[in-house]
Amino acid sequence: MPHDDAVPASRDSSRTVAAGLLAWVWPGLGHVYLRRRGKGLLLMGAILALFVLGVAMDSRLQLHLGLEDPLAFLFSLAQMGIGAPYFLARALGYQAGVVTSPSFEYGNTFTAVGGLLNILVILDALDVARGHKR
Amino acid sequence: MMHSHLITLVVFSALVSTVFAVLLRDTPRERLRFGLLAFGAFVVSTLIIGWLTNPFPR
Repeated sequence: MPHDDAVPASRDSSRTVAAGLLAWVWPGLGHVYLRRRGKGLLLMGAILALFVLGVAMDSRLQLHLGLEDPLAFLFSLAQMGIGAPYFLARALGYQAGVVTSPSFEYGNTFTAVGGLLNILVILDALDVARGHKR
Repeated sequence: MMHSHLITLVVFSALVSTVFAVLLRDTPRERLRFGLLAFGAFVVSTLIIGWLTNPFPR
């Protein structure tokens, strides 16, 4: 009966989209939404700690869109992987970083790795929502 | 803010290992074991690479 299957399938897909979006907007929130509270909170704590420490170590958060500087573009994409905290930190005035700071490069690494790890977390939330993972 | 390279390495390794352990293993016991292994691998491999590259100028 295709009609009976259509309702749960659309509900499943909207749940998957919501989990993916929430996982991007705030690290770990997708898992919390999927009732994996412990897993979500652990991921949230670790990824936000990486990002906050990165900002505290004077990381640059400037937005580079366009291909005139491809590495800066990729770096921005990596940092944006963390979602709302990136835009929040920029709105609070942390976008420039302090290039003369001794910890500037460490800060850049922390924030970019935090964003890249959150992309893995988003993919994991999508897998959990689809029932491919616990 | 964290002016010691070693402390920065330890903190970074601990946080990244936590994320990998939570994503790649399912039970708390497996996560702890994997996380400790990944943490050790991060720290030890970085120290070895740092030691090996020490004679080379910047």
